[in-house]
Amino acid sequence: MHPAKSVIIFTTLSGIGFGMLFFIGLGMIVPEGLMAFIWFAIAYLFAVGGLIASTFHLKHPERALGAFTQWKTSWLSREGVLAVITLLVMAAYGAGLVFLGTRFAYLGYAGSLLSVLTVFATSMIYAQLKTVPRWRDFSTPLMFLGYAGAGGSLMTGQVDYALALLALAGLLQLLNWMRGDGALGKSGSDIGTATGLGTAAQVRAFEPPHTGTNYLLKEMVYIVGRKHAGRLRILSLLMGIGLPILLLLAPFGHLLAALAILSHIVGVFASRWLFFAQAEHVVGLYYGKR
Amino acid sequence: MTQLPQSTDRKLGLVIDLDTCVGCHACVISCKGWNTENYGSALSDTDAYGPDVSGTFLNRVHSYEVKPETGPAQLIHFPKSCLHCEDAPCVTVCPTGASYKRTADGIVLVNEDACIGCGLCAWACPYGARELDAVAGVMKKCTLCIDRIYNENLPKEDQIPACVRTCPSGARHFGDFADPNSNVSKLTAERGGMDLMPEQGTRPTNKYLPPRPKDCSGEINTLAPMLEPVATDGKGFVGWLDKMLSALPGGNA
Repeated sequence: MHPAKSVIIFTTLSGIGFGMLFFIGLGMIVPEGLMAFIWFAIAYLFAVGGLIASTFHLKHPERALGAFTQWKTSWLSREGVLAVITLLVMAAYGAGLVFLGTRFAYLGYAGSLLSVLTVFATSMIYAQLKTVPRWRDFSTPLMFLGYAGAGGSLMTGQVDYALALLALAGLLQLLNWMRGDGALGKSGSDIGTATGLGTAAQVRAFEPPHTGTNYLLKEMVYIVGRKHAGRLRILSLLMGIGLPILLLLAPFGHLLAALAILSHIVGVFASRWLFFAQAEHVVGLYYGKR
Repeated sequence: MTQLPQSTDRKLGLVIDLDTCVGCHACVISCKGWNTENYGSALSDTDAYGPDVSGTFLNRVHSYEVKPETGPAQLIHFPKSCLHCEDAPCVTVCPTGASYKRTADGIVLVNEDACIGCGLCAWACPYGARELDAVAGVMKKCTLCIDRIYNENLPKEDQIPACVRTCPSGARHFGDFADPNSNVSKLTAERGGMDLMPEQGTRPTNKYLPPRPKDCSGEINTLAPMLEPVATDGKGFVGWLDKMLSALPGGNA
């Protein structure tokens, strides 16, 4: 699948933002007044920034309000609805801390739960697609939640949770790669079932329907950069998981913490790029590609 | 809107005969023509006369080589367009309700005025039947020529999809699969009409008729041209000519 910048930024940043809101809502940090305002501003910058980035890949963003209507069937719509509700609930929780110096605990717990659901809905936009076997796996939502938890705890300075969740996110990432690598082969779809003309060994794509490229190939048969996938995976794990853990184990300092966060974000960007670039869509079978 | 209907009154769709399709791409062109001039935004081309030509099509013809276990290889031309699935995954993923399946006839359509161009429906379709138009920024797909089949201003014979009307080899058939006595239902039953990627669980309405096996006239010896001439006892003029030519230098008399 084409790794669109807007979608990579959206899933990475909003994951971190909602991860932060999860820890803030649980009361892991209870800032008041101006400090509370700064904490919420940072969390909203990530969460809302990610959501705004996601609208950049829409061809008609002026109609985006319509995307809140089909929550009964569409995970994309559910994600939008849940994100807005979460941000409103957490805004009320934040207003209590910033202006009244009061913690409405239950509002915070509700906001935390909604944050988890929002990240889950984001992951289900991809995990629901039967057409992309690499994504359609239980490990996809788990990995998204793992990264959001790791990023959120890292950002809110929960060192113990961050160490555990970074390690967990790394394991879930490995699980997602291991299960994903054989997924297309195990999906039961091949050029034989796609055309109905025989077994995969008997059918060969002889001539494509068009001499140039087209939307389908650009969007769903993206193969550029796959040759660096192995190296990028290692880089993503080192930057996203390994280095932040090492930096957290060192005596705490704000500079080291900032470095850990920066390194983590770069690592997650690389992981998300791979998430898209390595995902094979079954429509590639019609072109004899994957 | 994006909830699929439990069942539809009619199931309009196509039967595509892989045995008779000659791969002329006439259906591709007639589809592009009709759907550019009529319903919805035009099917655009970008860099049409440049090196990086690309365009939106609702119907495309692939060609496959099939090598069966026995017998000669076959070249199969394979037209592909929206299959108007009963469990259309493209419809349920749509966040705005722009994609929908009609209860009256089962046609899957896009309301272009509500489409935000997110492209998720194209991701959800296993068949590559949906293409986001690069100029209009909305999702385009086969409408089963809804503006022809119900258009009473057209002569009766033209009230069928443009691809079916155009096909010179009779490889495309249009009809109602809900009626067991329709042309398409009978063809499907008689010729073993099949679904594409049934494992995807989309329950396509359109059916494909498999190519019939090729006639086999026994083994063809690829060494045949290298064999000795068969006739060694030529008679009459040919026999005389053979003797004369063989007697010449370089002959094998």
